[in-house]
Amino acid sequence: MNRFVYLDHSATTPVDQKVLEAMLPFFSMDFGNPNSLHAWGRKARQAVDQARDEVSRLINAEPSEIIFTGGGSEADNIAIKGVAFAKKDKGRHIITSAIEHHAVLDTCKWLEKEGFDITILPVDEYGTIRPEELRKAIRPDTILVTIHFANNEIGTVQPIEQLGNICREQGVLFHTDAVQAAGHISIDVKKLPIDLMTMAAHKMYGPKGVGALYIKKGVKIVPLIHGGGQERGLRSGTENTAGIVGFGKAAALASDRLAKEETEKERNLRDRLIDGILEKIEDAMLTGHRTERLPFHASFCFRYIEGESLLLRLDALGIGASSGSACTSGSLEPSHVLLAIGLPHEIAHGSLRLTLGKDTSEEDIDYVLENLPKVVESLRAMSPYGKRG
Amino acid sequence: MYTEKLMQLFMNPKNVGRIEDADGIGEVGNPICGDVMKIYLKIEDDRIVDVKFETFGCAAAIATSSMVTELVKGKTIEEALKVSNKDVAEALGGLPPQKVHCSLLAEEGIKAAVDDYLAKKGKTKREASETRQCAKA
Repeated sequence: MNRFVYLDHSATTPVDQKVLEAMLPFFSMDFGNPNSLHAWGRKARQAVDQARDEVSRLINAEPSEIIFTGGGSEADNIAIKGVAFAKKDKGRHIITSAIEHHAVLDTCKWLEKEGFDITILPVDEYGTIRPEELRKAIRPDTILVTIHFANNEIGTVQPIEQLGNICREQGVLFHTDAVQAAGHISIDVKKLPIDLMTMAAHKMYGPKGVGALYIKKGVKIVPLIHGGGQERGLRSGTENTAGIVGFGKAAALASDRLAKEETEKERNLRDRLIDGILEKIEDAMLTGHRTERLPFHASFCFRYIEGESLLLRLDALGIGASSGSACTSGSLEPSHVLLAIGLPHEIAHGSLRLTLGKDTSEEDIDYVLENLPKVVESLRAMSPYGKRG
Repeated sequence: MYTEKLMQLFMNPKNVGRIEDADGIGEVGNPICGDVMKIYLKIEDDRIVDVKFETFGCAAAIATSSMVTELVKGKTIEEALKVSNKDVAEALGGLPPQKVHCSLLAEEGIKAAVDDYLAKKGKTKREASETRQCAKA
């Protein structure tokens, strides 16, 4: 009688059947090393080249501007450390924001220990980085600005064009972690002032363990992994052929969906979900920006209850969600993102994130709108702060 | 990460609610830390005849609240004060390390409610137990 409604697509997405089918031959039949000269190797090389074309087309880059990596975190590390080491004689100042993914924040913190100077920009209540804050923070020794395209916890999409333009004016490189946005929002790197951009296959119905870094032609970075010189010497190691092929197929399918504006369906369902929840549940708030947000992303805080309880009770009803409460992170603090947008701890503890997918249906949303208010009510009924009947 | 027993109690906790004419009420924890436990005791002849709880917190906080109320129900206050956080954790089949503080909260909740009862009766208060500040892990 229970439905299974997976609403945690920001965490990961299922591999699309067409992606899986494209990948399978490269584990067994077409197992060759793309660096080999024989027929087996050529077949694999051709497949990797095709995938690079497909990924580059998703963001209107040149194939030569894409390197494949072992995921989004690795691409962030290559971009940030790669620029830092390449430019350290010019300057040692890097600017980022308070609500970045840990792959960016912790990389910057590590560089700080290595003698770099890090400025962490604040965000407003919606999680938006104000361009004027960035302008004020840039110094003569600033070498890199790294600000994500869209936030994973609250869904806010940043004013990337304005932020990037400020960097261009000042001659500072601009990196953006677009792991949440790529494949879901149209991104054209020929129009947007972006120098480096991170993507991950598993957030767009591709496999885990493969990502890509867009590096604009002419931008020099130092590699972190040395060896056989694969990926233009920037990421050595025999290519993850099946994974890369899967990423290519996922990117091609995402390009199709974007061209057909299929993300509009997700956006409409998301709006129904947000409006429905805010209407049906008292003392609930949307976190992040109402309109400048990822088309598939809805996130909330509910007063008087705690996020882990909420997500486990939803799980028992077959609804997969996530929370930024301290109890789910295993740390002392609620998520750094929720605190950075100015939420008090006791409210941040009651956070819930629902992220839709391309296959989420009207019925799925109905099911959540029917059950979430009951779950919230049941937890509030046992809370010393809850509203009592 | 949670035992089946804990999940059962989290989904169907026992003794949830308030006692309007409680003889002792104890509130421990802090909303800033993400968990608050409020224990209500009904006491006759120094014996706990009824106990209820209200908890704001994670699954472990709710399950430990439920378990501690079951453990002290029917006991004399002297016996109830001997119920330790370990007893609560063991009765749940164990707790993940980062959730041990929830069982401490349960132990302290009972003690705070008993203290409140004793204070109302004008009886000697037990030595105050240490208060914890977001003491997780």
